[in-house]
Amino acid sequence: MRHLLSTAELGAADALRILDTAEEMSAVSGRQVKKLPTLRGRTVVNLFYEDSTRTRISFEAAAKRLSADVMNFAAKGSSVSKGESLKDTVQTLEAIGADAVVMRHWASGAAARLAASGWTDCAVVNAGDGTHEHPTQALLDALTVRRSVAERDGRDPRGTDLTGVDVLIVGDILHSRVARSNVWLLHTLGATVGLVAPPTLLPHTVETWPVRVHYDLDEALAAGPDAVMMLRVQAERMGGSYFPSAAEYARRWGLTDERLADYVRRVGSPAILHPGPMNRGVEISSAAADSPHTRALDQVSHGVAVRMAVLHLLLSGDHDRRTDRAPHPAPDRASTDGSPR
Amino acid sequence: MAAESPLTSTVMTGADIDRALTRIAHEVVEAHRGVDDLILLGIPRRGVPLARRLGERLSRIDPQFDAEACVGSLDITMYRDDLGSRAARVPEPTRVPDRGVDDAVVVLVDDVLYSGRTVRAGLDALSDLGRPRAVRLAVLVDRGHRELPVRADHVGKNLPTSRGERVTVRLADVDVTDVEDEAVVIDRGGPSQAGGGEA
Repeated sequence: MRHLLSTAELGAADALRILDTAEEMSAVSGRQVKKLPTLRGRTVVNLFYEDSTRTRISFEAAAKRLSADVMNFAAKGSSVSKGESLKDTVQTLEAIGADAVVMRHWASGAAARLAASGWTDCAVVNAGDGTHEHPTQALLDALTVRRSVAERDGRDPRGTDLTGVDVLIVGDILHSRVARSNVWLLHTLGATVGLVAPPTLLPHTVETWPVRVHYDLDEALAAGPDAVMMLRVQAERMGGSYFPSAAEYARRWGLTDERLADYVRRVGSPAILHPGPMNRGVEISSAAADSPHTRALDQVSHGVAVRMAVLHLLLSGDHDRRTDRAPHPAPDRASTDGSPR
Repeated sequence: MAAESPLTSTVMTGADIDRALTRIAHEVVEAHRGVDDLILLGIPRRGVPLARRLGERLSRIDPQFDAEACVGSLDITMYRDDLGSRAARVPEPTRVPDRGVDDAVVVLVDDVLYSGRTVRAGLDALSDLGRPRAVRLAVLVDRGHRELPVRADHVGKNLPTSRGERVTVRLADVDVTDVEDEAVVIDRGGPSQAGGGEA
């Protein structure tokens, strides 16, 4: 693995390697010394063209727990607002000594563009690109689902995939990179995926996805999925014509107290996931958000573990960076190449 | 069992391994004057079953030793000094006994002592978990060629080797299914590439 750009391109073996590594990484947060020396002397740059405090802090915590140096670069108020190109920004960061670039960008495909460009030798981690993908979020969701299923069945989650596990994703699928990344990853790991959304919030290509589609949440919950993932309804969509009103959305597609009680009665111990931040009273009721079945805080800590695993696997491998990049035209930067990092 | 070739020879059989572990268990009890505050941590992968077997013997020698509660594992993947020169590894589980390592006498257990770098990493990993009263080292095979000032307290077999040789430990649960097939094999064909359990 050189980069982490999407879950669509992530094979089952690599995904399991990340999840199994994350299992061990999460033990570090419970220790007296919450730090590993693994990436000492490496530099990770968080390059954020879009605000995202949660994701940035999570990547920052992950890099710091592995003893890497972290530089945070927010496009707002930087040279980017003066018109600097991505190429110049990234080459500047590399000249400062970056070994990995964690990039959040408003344009779909931005991370893949950077990785394929030959502009940099850095490992590229996609931290969300437009409405395309958010692979580390999907990996942390998969870790959360795998753990809660293993806990329920009383077995060790390590080494197991999600065969036979049924996951329901509810909400704004159309604009959600989290949903896309989750669909591909859960499918790769062998899970069955269901989507529930108002028809206006489903992409028209959804028929080609490896999922079953519902328009009715009660009907979908009646099938007794093992885990339910509630997506955030973004404020800017509420005024749009996607659904009549927030109250109407909550009534039809929200996880209300009654729905949760009904669902818990049916399946016993489900896992409720939410990527945060939650709109209490819209996609999830306050009581549902605080219920013991809701794993939102586990997801946050699993996020750090998964990002530690990704940074470890990308940065401590034995890549010969130049030969790895053979398909791309050799950049005219030979002077900085030489010793593997 | 892999066929013997002119280049390989078995230096310890399964029975030899058993006897060495029994002797090491007695040595540990003798050196420690009992089993109070004693915990065993195996270094994955082969150190883990070795630690478990040492623990079983210790509880037979002194029933006060609770093998279930006092044997664990200590992964050193994240503490290696050769990250970046080999493929990134998935760490194995670290399981520390509930009492923790503070003020305990920790016996690190591994299969082969070679450069000493694994043990160095193990000491670093251990110090992040707490502050043991003392740390001892027990290995099944000491093959020499230390690159760091590390010495084992308990050795199953001292095995003079050249750097060009490769020492392979085959244990039930890790490498072979049948206890009968356990062995320590020396291969003169070439140096170890993948590690082969050598430390």
